Amino acid sequence: MDTATKRLLLSGNEAVALAALDYGVALGTGYPGTPSTEILEYLSAHGGRAQWAPNEKVALEVGLGVAMASAAVLVTMKHVGLNVAADPLFTAAYTGTSGSLVIVSADDPGMASSQNEQDNRRFAVAAAVPMLEPADAQESYDFTLLALELSARWHLPFILRTTTRVCHSKTVVYLLPRERNVLVPHFEHDIRSRVMIPSNARPAHRRLRQKLAELAQWNEESGPNELVAGQSRLGIVTSGVNFMHVREAAPDASVLKLGLTYPLPLEKIRRFAASVDRCLVIEEGDPYLVEQLRTAGIAVEGKPEMYRFGELNVTRMRRILVGDTSPEPAALPGKPPTLCQGCPHRIVFGVLKKLDCIVAGDIGCYSLGALPPWEAMDSLVCMGASIGMGLGLRHALPADEARRVVSVLGDSTFVHSGIPGLVEMAYNPPHGGHVVLILDNGTTAMTGLQEHPGTGRTLDHAATGKIVFEDLIRSLGIPNVTVIDPVAAPEEFEQALVESLASDALSVIITRRTCLLAAGKIRQYEQCSPLATDPHPLPLSQRERGVDSPSPLPEGEGS
Amino acid sequence: MNPMSDRVINIVVAGLGGQGVLKASDILTEAAFAAGWDVKKADVHGMSQRGGSVRSDVRFGPRVFSPMVTAGEADFLVVLAEDQVEPHRDVLRPGGTLLMPDRIAADRLPNRRSINVALLGVLSRELAIAPEFWQAAIRNNFRENLHSDNLQAFQIGREMEQT
Repeated sequence: MDTATKRLLLSGNEAVALAALDYGVALGTGYPGTPSTEILEYLSAHGGRAQWAPNEKVALEVGLGVAMASAAVLVTMKHVGLNVAADPLFTAAYTGTSGSLVIVSADDPGMASSQNEQDNRRFAVAAAVPMLEPADAQESYDFTLLALELSARWHLPFILRTTTRVCHSKTVVYLLPRERNVLVPHFEHDIRSRVMIPSNARPAHRRLRQKLAELAQWNEESGPNELVAGQSRLGIVTSGVNFMHVREAAPDASVLKLGLTYPLPLEKIRRFAASVDRCLVIEEGDPYLVEQLRTAGIAVEGKPEMYRFGELNVTRMRRILVGDTSPEPAALPGKPPTLCQGCPHRIVFGVLKKLDCIVAGDIGCYSLGALPPWEAMDSLVCMGASIGMGLGLRHALPADEARRVVSVLGDSTFVHSGIPGLVEMAYNPPHGGHVVLILDNGTTAMTGLQEHPGTGRTLDHAATGKIVFEDLIRSLGIPNVTVIDPVAAPEEFEQALVESLASDALSVIITRRTCLLAAGKIRQYEQCSPLATDPHPLPLSQRERGVDSPSPLPEGEGS
Repeated sequence: MNPMSDRVINIVVAGLGGQGVLKASDILTEAAFAAGWDVKKADVHGMSQRGGSVRSDVRFGPRVFSPMVTAGEADFLVVLAEDQVEPHRDVLRPGGTLLMPDRIAADRLPNRRSINVALLGVLSRELAIAPEFWQAAIRNNFRENLHSDNLQAFQIGREMEQT
């Protein structure tokens, strides 16, 4: 090994961040979401500029602006975040970029912590955005650099599609010394390329398809695709972490591992398929590769439908290799997660259960209110859906049932996509009014205590402008806005909820109590960087209690 | 050094959120890395933070492919909560070793929270990783005021009587 080569142990997320730093990105932006969250935190901790956006759509729009200024940018999100960012994504492919724009889509096959297992490789095709799929931390580093380089070369946004096992697995990475790019941001007018009125968008679409055709040709000859020579009896086409499982389950097979999986190197794959007796495609999730290859007239064998569900692993690979479709042994249930002892959400769900509310829920720690002992949440679909769905229930249900409907969401989720729901509530109020609970624990708790615009602190915990929820909500003309500490005043909270449910008016109750896990850290941040102006500080008594609250997790335990 | 070092060693660490499962697997992974092995560690973050079951897979050897330990192929299963043995028992290969907190005389530990590190001490006797790599990894993973408790816990585990 060259003495200048560094050997590191990194997670896929850390490797993505390090590559972005080494390339010289001007900015990393995104919204927290497992398994993508650590990328921007690592970027920031290692001297890069990183910030949380209120949601993924805004993050991608900021990123597109950076790339329009001829700089490089990394935009990160979990798979469902790309649904939120889909609007700018599809047209960003038309406008293209002046600098580099790489979007990390961290998919979650098996749904370790997600509401669905959508396969975002479909997004690459639908939006006509090129996509790279790393298999481990080494490739997370290499492919992030490559994506940034290719983006600058083809003036297109690129998707780096990772999965939970790539994001969170730590593997060995070798780094060669590298000069950081010195990019000089500047602006050049190019109205025809960037203003997507129909007369400009029509030629832009043709340009896009031309670029993709050129990139596909480059992928055939020079793409990051790897051929492992083996026996000609069995050939396997695969990508991402599946390659690792394949090498173990079928060590003697010939393997074509694809790195740039949209647009595909179809002729390379065609030659590979022709060189083996049996050509099997192994992919997690949807039959994306199988469908693309068959459409191109390449005869390949796919996996049985039962393996579309969940993650793949070596055991499942072995079964796929022999066509075993017998039922798989059921995993023994582990212990489900629950709300922390002392969590303020516990009190809220206790009251919702007691009052037999119909709860339109949302995404965050408080989703655990759907599990025993509370079982006090009736829906969970996507970020911010609680408000719209609650309104729909109110509109349609008979009056006596409609009166029991409550929308429940957290502070970070409220900022992410709850605000348009509240606008809808003010604009199209149900006859019997509605009640929204914002469970404000002062942090994005579920993903690991990230800041958001309502905390008044930036990603690196420095003071910044703070969105004051009650002021924002009152400005919409919603008449009843109450702020209650549910731990200090549980009866007051219950009383407020009972009164709001009985009223025909629109009500928002903000239950404000700092997350137990965050309280100590927030105190440290405030000492380092006091908020410039905080018109609505927490009651002093709560601050004191919050500071002294014991953490339910041992010191130094990283989860 | 252990004769098993010419092949990939599979270890699963399991327990409940908050018990130090990920801390233990981080230390193990770093020690194997420092010893020069190819190493991979896979765990799933997210809901596990809220007191639920946590499992972390560590594999090391001359060349590791999959980051996950295949069912029935673990050489070692380290479990920090007794009720988590059954959900994970099927990862062990025939003849594989189960390590549980009952292997440690907890009252000898300077801090009972260090049971995860003490079990690493027991495990360390079976692995081709020299003590100095373990000690360095322990120092890297704890704040300085916790170094001596954890180094001591590791040593206590390492010197426990075989059962």
